[in-house]
Amino acid sequence: MTDDAAKRAPQGTMIEIQGVSKWFGDFQALKNVSLSVGKGEKFVVCGPSGSGKSTMIRLINRLERHESGRIMVDGIEVADDVKAIEAIRREVGMVFQSFNLFPHLTVLENLMLAPVWVRKAPKKEAEEIARQLLARVRIPEQADKYPGQLSGGQQQRVAIARALAMRPKVMLFDEPTSALDPEMIKEVLDVMVELAQEGMTMVVVTHEMGFARTVADCIVFMDQGEIVETGAPKDFFAAPKTDRARLFLSQILGH
Amino acid sequence: MSAVLRRTPALPGPLEWARVNLFSSVPNALLTLLSLYLLWKYVPPFVSWALLDAVWQAPSSKACREAAGAGACWAFIGEKHRFILFGTYPFEEHWRPGVSILLFLALYAVSAMRRFWTPWLVLAWLAGLTLIGMLMWGGVFGLRYVENERWGGLVLTLLLATFGIAFAFPLSIVLALGRRSEMPVVRAVCVIYIELIRGVPLISMLFMASVMMPLFLPSGVTVDKLLRAQTALILFAAAYLAEVVRGGLQAIPRGQYEAAEALGLSFAKRTALVILPQALKISIPPLVNTFIGLFKDTSLVVIIGLFDLLLALKTALNEPAWSGIGVEAYLFASLVYFVFCYAMSQYSQRLERDLARGPTARALKDT
Repeated sequence: MTDDAAKRAPQGTMIEIQGVSKWFGDFQALKNVSLSVGKGEKFVVCGPSGSGKSTMIRLINRLERHESGRIMVDGIEVADDVKAIEAIRREVGMVFQSFNLFPHLTVLENLMLAPVWVRKAPKKEAEEIARQLLARVRIPEQADKYPGQLSGGQQQRVAIARALAMRPKVMLFDEPTSALDPEMIKEVLDVMVELAQEGMTMVVVTHEMGFARTVADCIVFMDQGEIVETGAPKDFFAAPKTDRARLFLSQILGH
Repeated sequence: MSAVLRRTPALPGPLEWARVNLFSSVPNALLTLLSLYLLWKYVPPFVSWALLDAVWQAPSSKACREAAGAGACWAFIGEKHRFILFGTYPFEEHWRPGVSILLFLALYAVSAMRRFWTPWLVLAWLAGLTLIGMLMWGGVFGLRYVENERWGGLVLTLLLATFGIAFAFPLSIVLALGRRSEMPVVRAVCVIYIELIRGVPLISMLFMASVMMPLFLPSGVTVDKLLRAQTALILFAAAYLAEVVRGGLQAIPRGQYEAAEALGLSFAKRTALVILPQALKISIPPLVNTFIGLFKDTSLVVIIGLFDLLLALKTALNEPAWSGIGVEAYLFASLVYFVFCYAMSQYSQRLERDLARGPTARALKDT
């Protein structure tokens, strides 16, 4: 697998997951999972609910703790060391299904919080970058509103901008469009496609197969805590190798 | 649909208002009539006792009774208000606690205004409290030294309440965070502390502070009685406040913690910048509830002989010249307490409204 990654991404590996297992009590959420994401690569992770895909990407920035195996992010091992975890989190942006914007801060303050307090950026500079990012996600006029005043699609775009404000090397997306009304999904996906085209390394858990076809370098199909299949989108969609993948695809593309 | 359900529109006016609000059904009408009867029976006699027949000036309670008879004897308050407000503080130096009370009120007023919520406010408090300390103790700038055994009355109540809240509140936040900590020892210590203190009446804590604590101190070391009572009040209030703060912390959705973590904020920063601002905001009503309780609980220090507002009042009542007065004095004390507590309650409601900013409710629903 590492050899594949080397072929796909000549600049080197960004995320390396090796033989990772994770239990919630007696339930094994991940079973000996290995995955390698090269710099600049876009991975789309899909699979039925409960397959462990969210858990896997939450391990990358230590929102969940793995019990065995090894995870490296940009050369730093994800382990119990708090300083290392904070260093990784500075480099890894995350977008959640439920946005998780800070409701007591304005949109602009949401974007400035981490650069000012974590990166120690001067306020003025942080504000300038924040405004640029809001323009990039096409909501510059919402800067002084509170998250509660925005639509779901706008909130998710603010959440993407908030993660980008830290100038991360990797962006993780945990079902970014699942909580959105259908008419708002496109505005969020458009921003993500643009981000992909600019060369960001991305790991995206999503059921948006159109997005996967457009931007993914690699599709990862998971079921019951295992990675069942990995492959280029055109192979995966045209000729899934396993029955489980075939069944899954027929279910989500069938209607 | 709703047009059918609605009553036929009628002329707006007091009669219609009364019909809808006071006489909408038979039980409602009965309750209205009963309330009116009780108001008629008790309000006019009270007004004539408290105002119309009251005696405003008299040298003693006997003179009061001879002067008018049936009315309230406010002359007692007129004669004794200085003793009630300032306790046993030397009479000719009463301006000092007087100015201290005004300083307290000024500090409260400034702190209530959100535009002054800057680091300067802390300095203003430190300066204000230093000034109050200098005024009350004296011994500098030619002021006569007054030991704090002689402090009393309203100024003592304000001192105990202010320091009580100022120290108990931060301590309670530490305790609440500790109780939710993942470190077992920290959590156990906080749980034991909170449960122990909440399981004990304040009176027994004050007794312990005044009687038992000196037994444990090495001989020769004495801690001032006022300081001991203050410490007991702070420790007591902190346990209650900690549970209020914990309630607020528990209401914050998991996603807020995760978003702050994912941005690389350290524990201290995510707590201070993301979690506490939201948790404390939703805790305002129960917090103020506890603050008001603490303010009134300061009156319990009388049992260890501190001369607060209520004890000063009781002492004044013991004077033979004013025998037979009681209701008036306690009404006055109630009024003083009420003014402070009502101000706190009103302020908290305004603060809640200011911080609510309408859309926040929607934000919580959406996330």
